[in-house]
Amino acid sequence: MTSHAAHIKEKAANATLGFWLYLMTDIMIFASLFATFVILRDGTNGGPSGQELFNLEFVMAETFLLLVSSFTCGLAYLAIKHGQKRRTLVLLGTTITLGIGFLSLELYEFGELYLAGHDWTHSAFLSAFFTLVGTHGLHILIGIIWAIALGDYISKRGTTPDAVRKFSLFALFWHFLDLVWIFIFTVVYLLGAIS
Amino acid sequence: MDWSWLTGRLSADYLPQDPVTIGAAVGMPLAILAVLVAITYFKKWGYIWNEWVTTLDAKKIGIMYMGIALLMLARGGADALMLRAQTALEPLGIELFDTQTFQEVFTAHGSIMIFFVAMGAMFGLINIALPLLLGTRDVAYPFLNSVSFWLFFAGMVIINSSLVFGGFSNGGWLGYPPLTGLEYNPGPGVDYWIWALQISGIGSLLSGINFTVTILKHRAPGMTLMKMPIFAWSVLVAMVLVMLAFPVLTATLGMLALDRVAGMHFFTSDGGGNPMMYINLIWAWGHPEVYILILPAFGIFSEVVATFARKRLFGYATMVAALIGIMFLSFVVWQHHFFTMGAGANVNAFFGIMTMIIAIPTGVKLFNWIFTMYKGSIRFTAPMIWFMCFAVTFTIGGVSGVLMAVPALDFQVHNTMFLVAHFHNVIIGGVVFGYFAGIYYWWPKVFGFTLHDGIGKLAAYAWQVGFVLAFIPLYILGLMGAVRRLDSYDDPTWQPLFIVSGIGVGVIALGFALMVIGMAYSVWKRKELADTTGDPWDGRTLEWSVPSPAPFYNFAITPRVSHRDEWWERKKAGLKVPTRSDYKDIELPKNSALGVYIAVAAGLIGIGFIWHIWWLAIVALIAVVVFVIKRTFDDDTEYTISADTLYKLDKEARA
Repeated sequence: MTSHAAHIKEKAANATLGFWLYLMTDIMIFASLFATFVILRDGTNGGPSGQELFNLEFVMAETFLLLVSSFTCGLAYLAIKHGQKRRTLVLLGTTITLGIGFLSLELYEFGELYLAGHDWTHSAFLSAFFTLVGTHGLHILIGIIWAIALGDYISKRGTTPDAVRKFSLFALFWHFLDLVWIFIFTVVYLLGAIS
Repeated sequence: MDWSWLTGRLSADYLPQDPVTIGAAVGMPLAILAVLVAITYFKKWGYIWNEWVTTLDAKKIGIMYMGIALLMLARGGADALMLRAQTALEPLGIELFDTQTFQEVFTAHGSIMIFFVAMGAMFGLINIALPLLLGTRDVAYPFLNSVSFWLFFAGMVIINSSLVFGGFSNGGWLGYPPLTGLEYNPGPGVDYWIWALQISGIGSLLSGINFTVTILKHRAPGMTLMKMPIFAWSVLVAMVLVMLAFPVLTATLGMLALDRVAGMHFFTSDGGGNPMMYINLIWAWGHPEVYILILPAFGIFSEVVATFARKRLFGYATMVAALIGIMFLSFVVWQHHFFTMGAGANVNAFFGIMTMIIAIPTGVKLFNWIFTMYKGSIRFTAPMIWFMCFAVTFTIGGVSGVLMAVPALDFQVHNTMFLVAHFHNVIIGGVVFGYFAGIYYWWPKVFGFTLHDGIGKLAAYAWQVGFVLAFIPLYILGLMGAVRRLDSYDDPTWQPLFIVSGIGVGVIALGFALMVIGMAYSVWKRKELADTTGDPWDGRTLEWSVPSPAPFYNFAITPRVSHRDEWWERKKAGLKVPTRSDYKDIELPKNSALGVYIAVAAGLIGIGFIWHIWWLAIVALIAVVVFVIKRTFDDDTEYTISADTLYKLDKEARA
């Protein structure tokens, strides 16, 4: 291997390690928000609690969209590793569409709460809810923008080793958001509905 | 016509009112203007832009960090002088400030000293020394490094501009709500504080990732983890703490900002909010933060003591174990900052005991340094004098910390001058002395000439004497019940102690002046003080194997490491002259202006939120996204230096 090729390989390994570490820091952000939510969930200020507000079937649909998008993202990663450009782009497009679908449902849910007068200014519980779930939604939005830029890059440059590396980081990010959502689904919605 | 959509809540009401602030608010922009005019007059814009602003060279970024840190030290120090002048003179009937201004001054002092002096100097020294100690050409992500620095810079600009427009926060350096909530603090001061810390804090977070990967992936071949210089170990542990702690700060400040901007109820006293949640969260960041600052200082002392005692460091493995022990313990002690919260005896006992346990690994380190000196042939240079001052002062601070770890005693001294004396004791005696030792130690590697040793020692003595005068009286006052953060005390018998303390701060200021004078004098006499060998201290580690000032590529030939004190062992074995065939092509990062652009946009997001100029925040946010995408998908970021050129450059540098 030439020193240049070794240099590129080393950079790729660095990027992957660094991205894992970044995800760890993001976990700490979510951990702070989760801790705050758990502490403040009973601070409803005389207003409605999660049990009265959440619609579990609706949240189930959101969960389904996000899980499937994670699956298509995984398939797209396989495709780009095999150098199948068209297949990669189609699957990445599906992932983006599902992500937009998830985000739309979330915004619809937020909008409904807002219009019913249950916005974030009414209680500590609602502040913590909107912030925790909204922070996840913001990450999804960033993921979607990233995926679009990535799709543009792949369509121009093809399935080069650089593209595979960049895609692998996006895939890590997207699966990570899936994982965070599982915790939100459990801690915020499921536990909220039964308590 | 209503212009509020364009200018938010900007209005002339926020211009400074009292004479002290007006003076500063006029003086600061004038000083900046003078600098800008000077740069234009000497036609240095191209040089500054190409060599400094857009540089991705860690050493230059380090120098910029240090420059800002020293500048901010002068600012924070002036605040300290004002505070102690007030408490010394107030009983004589000389009232320097009203209460509001006094509160702003102590908030500014604390915030600036921690976030822009200590953090800045820490990242500065790491940038300068770490790649050289590891035998590598650069950090893992040179561009991210530039982004980190410029975010730090943007935060610095924001926190200082509050002086001119809007006033400083009066909420203390940690901004406890509900005082910093909208209800009690509707003005922009707290928002300045939040966004300055938020922006520079994200920079620190990115640096944490950057240096961790640098240490784990960028060591010279042969340098196993247990062959790293102890400074690298201390940085590794500190950066892991950065990665775990700073996200908590980001989230906490974010929630406080949402309380203020969106009318949320996280930390308000009404609406179901819980201010104690903020205090728990901020200390879950804040306690690791003090270890983030002190551990690299410990690392510097480890290098300094081994070098100037001419002995290998005693107890390397226990040093590493102690660092890792402190890393874990630092996350289970935060509640000792508020034993008085009412968490109950068992919780307080747990945190109290955990806090006392930290004294053990810290004590191990101190004994290791002392045993390193034992039977060494010690040279008492300026860095070593800083170490001696540290060893005494920090021990006293540590002991007073163990005292306060006893909840029963803490109830007596909580929030008094005793606490103020304690944390200045460990931060000045530990962090500050450590970084100063680092400045004197690594200065020749950066600039190619040593700092005048005599003036350096004099400065150290002045700091030490000033420290004792300034803070030992505060211990006594605290024990007698002097609550901190007050501009006026009723008991006239306390006045002599406050006067002594005020004199002490003056002596510290003299010490700082001596440092600056020493630097200026050394620049003037740089020919006589020139370091021609690259190894002025007869050093032990790899940074002394390259010429001074260190060339932009650090190492012409990637070193192969087989010893902990690699350079020392090589010198003992006899140095070999490299031949042409030892040189290989190397790749270095190209300069990039995007780091500055990202930071400017991030700063504008902050300004938008501070003044409620929403369009500005949105436009700036979009700009950040665009810049990041542009950089992420840019594959042409490096250039090559051929082996031939490198051979020639290296020959010149060593001539």
